[in-house]
Amino acid sequence: MHNHEAGSGIYSFLDLLSYALPMVFTVGYIVMVYRTNKRYKKWPGTRIVFWVIGVLSVTFAIAGPIAEQAHSSFTAHMMAHLLLGMLGPLFIVLSAPMKLLLRSVPIVSGRLISKGLKSSYLQWITHPILASVLNFGGLWILYTTDLYSMMHSSYLLYVLVHIHVFFAGYVFTLSMIYIEVTPHRTSFRLRAVVLILAMASHGILSKWIYANPPAGVDSTDAQRGGMLMYYGGDAIDVIIVIILCYQYFGGRNRLSAKKNYSVMEV
Amino acid sequence: MEKRKSSQDGPFNVWSGFLFGVGLVAFIDEAVFHQLLHWHHFYDKSTPSIGLVSDGIFHAFSWFATVAALFMLADLRKRNVWDRGRWIGALILGTGVFQLYDGIIQHKLLRLHQIRYGVDIIPYDIVWNVSAGFMIIIGLIILGRKRSTQSK
Repeated sequence: MHNHEAGSGIYSFLDLLSYALPMVFTVGYIVMVYRTNKRYKKWPGTRIVFWVIGVLSVTFAIAGPIAEQAHSSFTAHMMAHLLLGMLGPLFIVLSAPMKLLLRSVPIVSGRLISKGLKSSYLQWITHPILASVLNFGGLWILYTTDLYSMMHSSYLLYVLVHIHVFFAGYVFTLSMIYIEVTPHRTSFRLRAVVLILAMASHGILSKWIYANPPAGVDSTDAQRGGMLMYYGGDAIDVIIVIILCYQYFGGRNRLSAKKNYSVMEV
Repeated sequence: MEKRKSSQDGPFNVWSGFLFGVGLVAFIDEAVFHQLLHWHHFYDKSTPSIGLVSDGIFHAFSWFATVAALFMLADLRKRNVWDRGRWIGALILGTGVFQLYDGIIQHKLLRLHQIRYGVDIIPYDIVWNVSAGFMIIIGLIILGRKRSTQSK
């Protein structure tokens, strides 16, 4: 992202941030794990791996070769968006940073955080329907209006869109699978229906892009980007589907948990 | 071997098989006709939006159905109440229903991509839909027979 008014103070500062923050986040997470392991149950090592993958995915979306190419190539842009809005958020949800934060901070601040998490604003925003509308509605606006080309001429807009894509993806994933702290839960049936519709709108949008390139994108590039969005989206979505179904059908035996079966020796 | 039965086992077996059938045929459609033969097009650009919407929802649904069906199957097997016959009957039914929907509603009524391009499409459509019809009949026969043997 150096070709954007490079050198002028605030932008080079943001560039620096996009490299420095991931390091701070990675080290901070590991320090929190190490410190809280002394007092609480051991934090699963897999979550550290998930966190590193999640942070790396987001980093590669905003800095480095893919992010550089994303300014001229729509396919690279799509790759960056899959990393920023889907893969990164999924792995970050899997690593449960909010849970880790809650066990790292003093009780008083913990109470404040959990009060905040229980607020009706977060209840609204983490409802599967609203989370999906914010996530996929945002994508429709980005690719079917002039926002996509405007984003490439305004650095501020570029940053805002990318922040939105990440957080919308994070909240959407959070609303579907319950690994992170989730005080506001909804039924499996509702989440299943919303997830199917959300996946459908993602697939439909990728075919729409395939046929209607956003302004300034040539048609071969749009076709490759659209197909990457379609199949890449499917590959990541199926992980969410598997976790959602696992939490409902698997884990604790769904029917035996309800105690409505009769044991029979044969 | 212990059986942990539930009143829901019958419908659970049928739904698991049916949903897996839907997922399986969607997978075969994608792997064979889209990826290997390249008969179907990703998007032939003459599809009206309603066709794209229908295709999108069914694609997402079949993805979800495959995963859910396999988790249901795992639950049935864990409790040792998997009824293989009913399950396979329902699978064939699900396969046929999806293929008929794809063949009649999506390809013909909604004019989504056709089965193949640059050829006389009629024989393809006939084979596609008649084979779907056969699968529905076979699935229903298996399910019907299983039901009658169970009620005896």
